[in-house]
Amino acid sequence: MQNNVLEYLEHTVKRFPDKIAYANEEVGITFREVYDQGRAIGTFLNRRGFYKQPIAIFMPKHPKTIVAFFGVIYGGNFYVPIDEEMPRFRIELILKNLNPKAVICDESTQKVMEAFDYDKEIYLYDSIIKTEIDEYIIQNVRDTAIDTDPIYVVFTSGSTGIPKGVVACHRSVIGYIETLSEILKINENTVFGNQTPLYFDACMKELYPTLKFGATTYIIPKNLFMFPLKLVEFLNKYKINTICWVVSALTIVSFFRVFDSLVPEYLHTVAFASELFPIKQFNIWRKALPNARFINLYGPTETTGVCCYFEVERHFEEDEILPIGKPFKNTEIILLDDNNNIPAEGELGEICIRGTSLTLGYYKEFDETDKVFVQNPLNNLYPELIYRTGDLGKYNERGELVFVSRKDYQIKHMGHRIELGEIEINVNMLEGIKSACCVYDDVKGRILLYYVGDTDKKQIASGLKKTLPRYMIPNHIVQLGTMPLTANAKIDRAFLKKHINAMKKGN
Amino acid sequence: MDTLLAILEDMHSDVDFKICETLIDDGVLDSFDIITLVAEIDSEFDVTIPVEEIIPDNFNSAKALYALIEKLSD
Repeated sequence: MQNNVLEYLEHTVKRFPDKIAYANEEVGITFREVYDQGRAIGTFLNRRGFYKQPIAIFMPKHPKTIVAFFGVIYGGNFYVPIDEEMPRFRIELILKNLNPKAVICDESTQKVMEAFDYDKEIYLYDSIIKTEIDEYIIQNVRDTAIDTDPIYVVFTSGSTGIPKGVVACHRSVIGYIETLSEILKINENTVFGNQTPLYFDACMKELYPTLKFGATTYIIPKNLFMFPLKLVEFLNKYKINTICWVVSALTIVSFFRVFDSLVPEYLHTVAFASELFPIKQFNIWRKALPNARFINLYGPTETTGVCCYFEVERHFEEDEILPIGKPFKNTEIILLDDNNNIPAEGELGEICIRGTSLTLGYYKEFDETDKVFVQNPLNNLYPELIYRTGDLGKYNERGELVFVSRKDYQIKHMGHRIELGEIEINVNMLEGIKSACCVYDDVKGRILLYYVGDTDKKQIASGLKKTLPRYMIPNHIVQLGTMPLTANAKIDRAFLKKHINAMKKGN
Repeated sequence: MDTLLAILEDMHSDVDFKICETLIDDGVLDSFDIITLVAEIDSEFDVTIPVEEIIPDNFNSAKALYALIEKLSD
């Protein structure tokens, strides 16, 4: 029985040693190279005594970065990808929480890393892949590995102001990849065009099925998602036939009417996740690619990426919502109302998840973990964990699960999961701020920041760019004379949200 | 030009759009900004930017973008 994700690679390297596994516009890495470089990194790390340790990967979005992930696993450790575009402040927060004994860099990030408040080992990818592979070490690591050992930690926005690290294990990733591959019908002819960043779990949709089947993944340059005609040219140039993108990456193509000029010729499978797909935009895609399969995926990072899917096989009107459908294999969705009961048919409940897809929880955050990974309230006979997503959902008249809204102030913006509370905490740390509140303008898809204080928008914008990643910076900042309060003297978010248009001018 | 600068400054109040000529090359604007810009230009100038014109050269500076708007309004 498979108990390690690397078995995918070991099986595939025998079949397609010289085929390109991961590539960008400049370089391609074959399965043989992935296998050899991965084992070299594994040997290097393990020989230095790193075992069952978090190893940070601080590298740009590049095929080598993916190989570094597998190298970390070969040594018996788990990888923690760090976003190289994150501001220094945030990276140091993550490093402080993680306290990794080693970081793998490339030439471009090594200098940056050396300037950080970090005093452990910094290794250069190009050097450590030259290590002579020690088969004995590699085999020994594997012989003692179990499937509930961690494989990665990815950091997601935390409402307390500190990013939370979600720890996943081999078993949940294997379960995920097996089912996902079946749903997307992946095989050796699959050519993926990767859009999602390598520092989140979303990229597993391409990375692991590529290993399993001997497919190929092309990393699409980020800039192309600003210039959609060039993006479709890229898809055609590399004969990309399968994509798993966030919705906002797909809508930029339909919004700019790219299909009037150019259609992706090879694309036959379009999967999307992370946000509701506006049906008007979705129908533009479907009309342009009438023979392609369209699959809506849903799932939080805490349950290993994706755990529900819906293949669109009927027509949807503009006022309808695409369902998130039904759960993956070995996963159950339980809706729970405020009293932890199953709501009546068609009524709203919190989406709770049970099954293999549950990750291990948050790194070094036992209290935070216990708040959302809880005993199934419907089971008082034996221990059984469920994950409470904080998403509210219901079943439609066809019995398909539909996402409705959030219970809290978590939003999805351009495919990124963001806690508005984390932005507010960072605003409140700036000089001159008396109070601050963020709301999300669902219509325009913008993060709005309202504040009271003796500082200007320019100071706030430049201040926030030092502490928050780019996608968390408010798109519109408004200074108010006073903050609207509720009867309980809390900031009246509902009022601010309701009056977005009037408040824009600072009235 | 002032209308365009106002739109841009509203998006990134910490950037000097009068002088910056590397809005794309230096990652000042992202894909969300491009969508916002194209939508705002449509409503403020009544100019629809065709997809063929959505290229880095036209978005690297406020000046280049304004030249595009003028060209398209003719």
